[in-house]
Amino acid sequence: MTEALKSNEIEQGKLKASDYASDQEPRWCPGCGDYSVLKQIHTVLAELGHKREDTAFISGIGCSSRLPYYMDTYGIHGIHGRATAIAEGLKIARPDINVWIATGDGDALAIGLNHFLQLLRRNLNVNVILLNNEIYGLTKGQFSPTSRVGQKTVTTPMGTIEYPVNAMAISLGAGATFVARTIDRSPAQIRDIMLRADRHRGASLIEVYQNCPIFNDGAFSIFTEKSTKTDSTVILEQDKPLIFGENNNKGVKLDGTKPIVVDLENDNVSANDLWIHDETDYVKASILARLFEMPSGEMNLPRPFGIFYAEDRFTYEDALDAQIKEAQAKQKADLYELFKGATTWEIK
Amino acid sequence: MSEKSEVSTPTVENLSKESVSILFAGDSGDGMQLTGNQFAATSAEFGHDLNTFPNFPSEIRAPVGTIAGVSGFQMQFGSTSIYTPGDLFDVLVAMNAAALKSKLHILKRGGMIIANADSFDEKNLRLAGYPEGVNPLEDGSLSNYELIKVDVIRLTRAALADSGMPQKTIDRSKNMFVLGLLYWLYNLPIETTIRELKVKFKNKAGVAEANEKVIKAGYYYGETCQMFNGRYTIKPAKMKTGVYRHITGNAASAMGLTAAATKAGLQLFLGSYPITPASEILQELAKQKHFGVKTFQAEDEIGAVCSCVGAAYGGALAATNTSGPGLSLKSEGLGLAVILEIPMVIINVQRGGPSTGLPTKPEQSDLFISMFGRHGDAPVPVIAARSATDCFDTAYESARIAIETMSPVICLTDGYLALSSEPWLIPNPDNLAEIKVEFAKPRKPGDEPFMPYQRDENLARPWSIPGTAGIQHRIGGLEKDNLTGNVSHDPANHELMTKLRAEKVEKLAERLPLQTIDNGPEKGKLLVLGWGSTYGAIKLAVAEALAEGYDVAHAHLRYLNPFPRNLGEILHNYEQVLIPENNYGQLVHLIRDKYLLPAKQLNKVQGLPFKAAEIKEKIVELLKAEA
Ligand SMILES: Cc1ncc(C[n+]2csc(CCOP(=O)(O)OP(=O)(O)O)c2C)c(N)n1
Ligand code: SF4
Repeated sequence: MTEALKSNEIEQGKLKASDYASDQEPRWCPGCGDYSVLKQIHTVLAELGHKREDTAFISGIGCSSRLPYYMDTYGIHGIHGRATAIAEGLKIARPDINVWIATGDGDALAIGLNHFLQLLRRNLNVNVILLNNEIYGLTKGQFSPTSRVGQKTVTTPMGTIEYPVNAMAISLGAGATFVARTIDRSPAQIRDIMLRADRHRGASLIEVYQNCPIFNDGAFSIFTEKSTKTDSTVILEQDKPLIFGENNNKGVKLDGTKPIVVDLENDNVSANDLWIHDETDYVKASILARLFEMPSGEMNLPRPFGIFYAEDRFTYEDALDAQIKEAQAKQKADLYELFKGATTWEIK
Repeated sequence: MSEKSEVSTPTVENLSKESVSILFAGDSGDGMQLTGNQFAATSAEFGHDLNTFPNFPSEIRAPVGTIAGVSGFQMQFGSTSIYTPGDLFDVLVAMNAAALKSKLHILKRGGMIIANADSFDEKNLRLAGYPEGVNPLEDGSLSNYELIKVDVIRLTRAALADSGMPQKTIDRSKNMFVLGLLYWLYNLPIETTIRELKVKFKNKAGVAEANEKVIKAGYYYGETCQMFNGRYTIKPAKMKTGVYRHITGNAASAMGLTAAATKAGLQLFLGSYPITPASEILQELAKQKHFGVKTFQAEDEIGAVCSCVGAAYGGALAATNTSGPGLSLKSEGLGLAVILEIPMVIINVQRGGPSTGLPTKPEQSDLFISMFGRHGDAPVPVIAARSATDCFDTAYESARIAIETMSPVICLTDGYLALSSEPWLIPNPDNLAEIKVEFAKPRKPGDEPFMPYQRDENLARPWSIPGTAGIQHRIGGLEKDNLTGNVSHDPANHELMTKLRAEKVEKLAERLPLQTIDNGPEKGKLLVLGWGSTYGAIKLAVAEALAEGYDVAHAHLRYLNPFPRNLGEILHNYEQVLIPENNYGQLVHLIRDKYLLPAKQLNKVQGLPFKAAEIKEKIVELLKAEA
């Protein structure tokens, strides 16, 4: 279908998820986690009803960064690491455009880390979807900043010796106003978080654990396989206690600032003693972000999924707009006056 | 313009001169920039043509009294056209011993030294590096000059004795005493400065008043103390009528961008990262929010150029300003802009390189990186400013070309142009060249499908911006299929797209003005071909050589990529071509390569502009060798 034909449907207000798909065939490997994320994006955009012409997807370079090509919106497939910087320019110039950023763990957290942190801190009203597969996919399997200690890759034949970047912690540290984690195998949660991110006025970071079956298969299977999933993940819900485990038999309790796992069946604790999730609490969000080690140690702390933190703060473009309005109220934009400056003289 | 009335005393001879060059030099804290700027403002208002160049130390706070801490302000003013701040100076104002020691070598033989004798005490002499017991003001070593010793500090203190101000504050106005003295010497009115000081210190009435007192004291001191042999009058220059102001190259560049955006009806977006000597452009534009200008101080130059990609995609006039190291960082982003074919202006204020090089000193060594400093075949238009005021025109034209060709355009200025100032005949905004912008139109069902890479007669693709219904499209750094813009790895298509991108830039030459000869015969023995800020020095050198009967001409390039379409023809009209550049030889390679002629080079890579005399010497050498 041509794009012009489809734009008719915008006017009639009956866009389906498939209308947000471009005419280009996605070219990810079979089974790649990126497919399910793309599908959710199409679905959510249809649900939100944003006009395609008012939406732009900006990306860097990587498998994940091919995403804009598969959207029937505006889009730029940029350069490695700079998606966030490109998006900032677009959003500042055009606050009316819905800007989404698709990036990978290498793109955002290695080469583009600086821009990534600055964007979150500046709090432009954009949404960042960080597809984290803990590996460099496009360049064929080198370790990435999120790869695990000891992970063997083509550039770390004896295992990585770098401690991984924790996307949640680093984003909170940067002053992000919306920080969430989800996983490719949880389409419902992806949808919920995307809807919230769209409503959030400010920069939203959504980290999506994404399986790369080719170079890092099963990196997140502990969080998705039936046998391990319940003991290793905890779903964050506002005002709800942190409960997990088979039959919801475990909980997380705060001992001072230290999170500990309690056994709801045997320990002498009730759900009321547990950590109640509050996404507006920065300190708690920071502690949540530290639940990052694999659940193999003695504490067996689960990995949290959901919205860690959400805060209302002025956006960059609103503040800039206010300054421009203030300046315009004070002074007329007159080129000749500008040229003249403070002092002139005349030659007759 | 009527001559100003003068109060002369019978003992002083009234002399006239065509032009005078002065170097104000003193410690960084001595207020030399303010003094120079005030003298320039007065001279300009009087009607002189002039050219100024501030010369600061690169350290923010170098030790007081040392040579490293000397701050200078050079200027030349006159009743004829003035193109440079002067090679050698007629007058050296030395506010301390270090200033004299470090600047004496550029004073003309027989030139005048006005020395603040109070600052030639033992300590200052030692800090300046004079041997123990040596005071150049006293030992006769300056007998080849006209030495005027003035106890500036003592006289300033006396003038403000009953002001009740603390001594430290009083001493700070010593530069005003010298200024008053110079106004007397050159028969210039003190009113301009008094008026400007009132504006500058409008919240500190006492300071303005004190300064006025000291200026007058200096002026009357000149009149009564009879230490000068003569008093000079420099007639106003014959300049075009109109309203003028003073402007530096960086301020002019900033205004050129605002003017272009305003004329084009676009929002101006500047994505930038501070770097000497380019930062003033960002600072200037940050003050222009009432024009709707959006300045974005990014985290680095990569962020800056990439933000411009986004802003340009969104339909803003996107610009970025930088200097050498920053241009290096922008390289990849510029390549993206080239393949996306979106408009962008990059103002590169050149400084001494490579690496951090000479951050505060001018050089013309970024021509190669501008031409070739991107991977792949990635040509962009390159143009260069020749003077401070020309920075306005080149910035404006860069924007026009960027929009017309849907391409990034590099506009080259340098540290000399950025800081130097000239009188600027303020243009009427109505008379600025038109800049036409046409965004791609929305499409309805049944319309032809939109082709983001369909080109117009200039080979430019449509500027198609988000928010336009029915023409959604994705563009990116991957090679694009001609017309549809979809990703394409087709070998023949890549070759075609490479060719189209190159032809688009080459074709621009058809619409650019023809190259002209600035001075000298249309055909002859020697053509001096320059670009950028060497304009003034070459202009003077060639004028002098012509006056002495040499067969030489001067042409100055604004368009470096593409070259004007008649350039080859012009070059072949001369037996020899000489290319002076403040680099190790860059334009000369482009010319030799493109026109296959043995152009000669003259290079100065000292972080200093050429002196006219250096160029003239080379002209004479080449023409003598031939004779
Ligand atoms: C300047 C630059 N350096 C290196 C590369 C090569 N490169 C392309 S993608 C990539 C890593 C991608 O990893 P990630 O962002 O995690 O995306 P994925 O492919 O895993 O989705 C690298 C190193 C490049 N394109 N540009
Ligand atoms: S390499 Fe991995 S991340 Fe890339 S497309 Fe294939 S499966 Fe997906």
